Amino acid sequence: MFSNFFFSLKKAEIPVSLKEYLTFLEAVKHGVAEYSLNDFYYLSRSSLVKDERHIDRFDQVFGHCFKGLELLDKVFGKKIPEEWLQSLAQLHLTPEEKKEIEALGGWEKLMETLKKRLEEQKKRHQGGNKWIGTAGRSPFGADGYNPEGVRIGQETGRQGRAVKVWDKREYKNLDDTVEIGIRNIKVALRKLRKFAREGAPEELDLTDTIRSTARNGGFLDLKLVPERHNAVNVLLFFDVGGSMDPYIKVTEELFSAARSEFKHLEYFYFHNCPYEAMWKDNRRRHVEKIPTWEVLHTYGSNYKCIFVGDASMSPYEITVAGGSVEHMNPEPGLVWIQRIKSHFDRCVWLNPTQEKYWKYTRSVEMVEELLDHNMFPLTVGGLDKAIQELRS
Amino acid sequence: MNDQIRFTGTENYIATEDLMVAVNAAVTLERPLLIKGEPGTGKTVLAHEVAKALNKTIIEWHIKSTTKAQQGLYEYDAVSRLRDSQLGEKRVHDIANYIQRGKLWEAFAADEQVVLLIDEIDKADIEFPNDLLLELDRMEFFVYETQERVQAKQRPIVIITSNNEKELPDAFLRRCFFHYIRFPDTETMEQIVEVHHPKLKKNMLREALNAFFEIREVPGLKKKPSTSELLDWIKLLVVEDIPPEALKFKDKKDIIPPLYGALLKNEQDVHLFERLAFLAKREVNR
Repeated sequence: MFSNFFFSLKKAEIPVSLKEYLTFLEAVKHGVAEYSLNDFYYLSRSSLVKDERHIDRFDQVFGHCFKGLELLDKVFGKKIPEEWLQSLAQLHLTPEEKKEIEALGGWEKLMETLKKRLEEQKKRHQGGNKWIGTAGRSPFGADGYNPEGVRIGQETGRQGRAVKVWDKREYKNLDDTVEIGIRNIKVALRKLRKFAREGAPEELDLTDTIRSTARNGGFLDLKLVPERHNAVNVLLFFDVGGSMDPYIKVTEELFSAARSEFKHLEYFYFHNCPYEAMWKDNRRRHVEKIPTWEVLHTYGSNYKCIFVGDASMSPYEITVAGGSVEHMNPEPGLVWIQRIKSHFDRCVWLNPTQEKYWKYTRSVEMVEELLDHNMFPLTVGGLDKAIQELRS
Repeated sequence: MNDQIRFTGTENYIATEDLMVAVNAAVTLERPLLIKGEPGTGKTVLAHEVAKALNKTIIEWHIKSTTKAQQGLYEYDAVSRLRDSQLGEKRVHDIANYIQRGKLWEAFAADEQVVLLIDEIDKADIEFPNDLLLELDRMEFFVYETQERVQAKQRPIVIITSNNEKELPDAFLRRCFFHYIRFPDTETMEQIVEVHHPKLKKNMLREALNAFFEIREVPGLKKKPSTSELLDWIKLLVVEDIPPEALKFKDKKDIIPPLYGALLKNEQDVHLFERLAFLAKREVNR
């Protein structure tokens, strides 16, 4: 019944599935949203959208598919079946045709004709120039073209009514088109897990209990073991500021996912290229610096080391002492990258820029070479490959 | 649709129109309803109020990070059985004695339809919702120990809340109705406060709400105060008998509201506020 609406949602990349559509139809059948278009909107939203980030996009599609409905309702107090008004195609007319339609007559006349047609018409209709329906050039119906048509949306404001709920677009700031969601990142990071038992013994070790009970002559001897924990250690180095600003969102996501996934996670910030000092609080970056040597001495070589940065900078920042854009660096960046790399067993660099653009920036290639080509794009696939490298 | 089950809010709970439709859809089709929204917008309270409005008992299942899906169905207490066998107890021969029912089983076994609240589902392990797919879909499960199939006598009304700490899997989402409780606007907020503090003076309410929304607008707050905090704050204001004039800080001399402890919940936010107050004062003195 509403399949066009359904496919429009799909087209807008809202993850709706057949199951949800059927649920929605079932609810319509049960009359959950019987008498008002608002209820109908709420119902469709509640059954078809499952993430507040998609609500804004949903509102737009809804507005597009069902525009005009409410107004017709008001004018005649008699319902025009929704099917008729489903927009099945967008009509594109030539300027000449448009003129022709404009010549049809004024508002009053249109209303009169519409009333007459409503009485005459029995069947659903689409296309054509006379009947009410969708995508036609008749002055009545949705999504067609007629400058004086009854399908006046909120732009004419003739009735002076409030803006429709879905046209308010209140969920706009919740929308974000993220390619790599927190869940995706988490699922990828989970592959890095390595379980080990540490801490207080709280879990019943059944095999050992049975064995020691048997040894005990049949008397119960409970054996407990500590719970399994993820024992992998991760060290993250984030590039912040400057060219990294467009990637803040994805870096934040990576960070929040990593944080909940690993118990032993440490992170440090650097700018463009790691030098002799890093910092933990970006606001106090010039005050509270931590010498990179200290980082290397604190965290053992068993830590998995992940750089996150676009590696886009002037080549001098990597190769020359004093080349940093921010301060006077006594040693070139490449020395520090090599030091870090040789300290940790496994090192990867995640790059949020698209892989196909890497070759246009000289510094990206240089960093990639420094890390033995262990640079991966910050996508789900790239993350997977990076994890494989870290595990090997 | 049959009229006896229609949720329209209760005397203690103001439900917006869209929330009503979502609840009614979930109740009518007997599908779970997933509620998300800012903390303190009344997600958990909703389940209680639905139960109250529809005159049903509520079964609450609060999820923690250690909660396993199986615990909602049943648990087999092997240790106490082992122990009983040592002591030669009679009941050891029937394994059913050691099966402890979980919340879902309780809800399924109830003779009358109940409201089942699964609170803060995002706290659990990432696979938790996946483990409950079939159970919530068909409202039945199998007990391996006793070879028994537990089927819901009456499909319970399931209300699930999430704080968005973890993303929920798509397969799970597909089976639910979804509603995102938006932060109420001033009008709705007035109604909500009215319901909780009916005798509040009109000008007091207005000033309190103004102050409250102003605080929410302050950029950089770690945790914005929410509805439940507003209600607590107003309760305090009433108890302490603070005059409405004290809440006006339009003159910018005193930007920190009285009894702010009820609204601001961490010291960074309080510091931020004090800093702003200091700056505002300097501005005025100039």
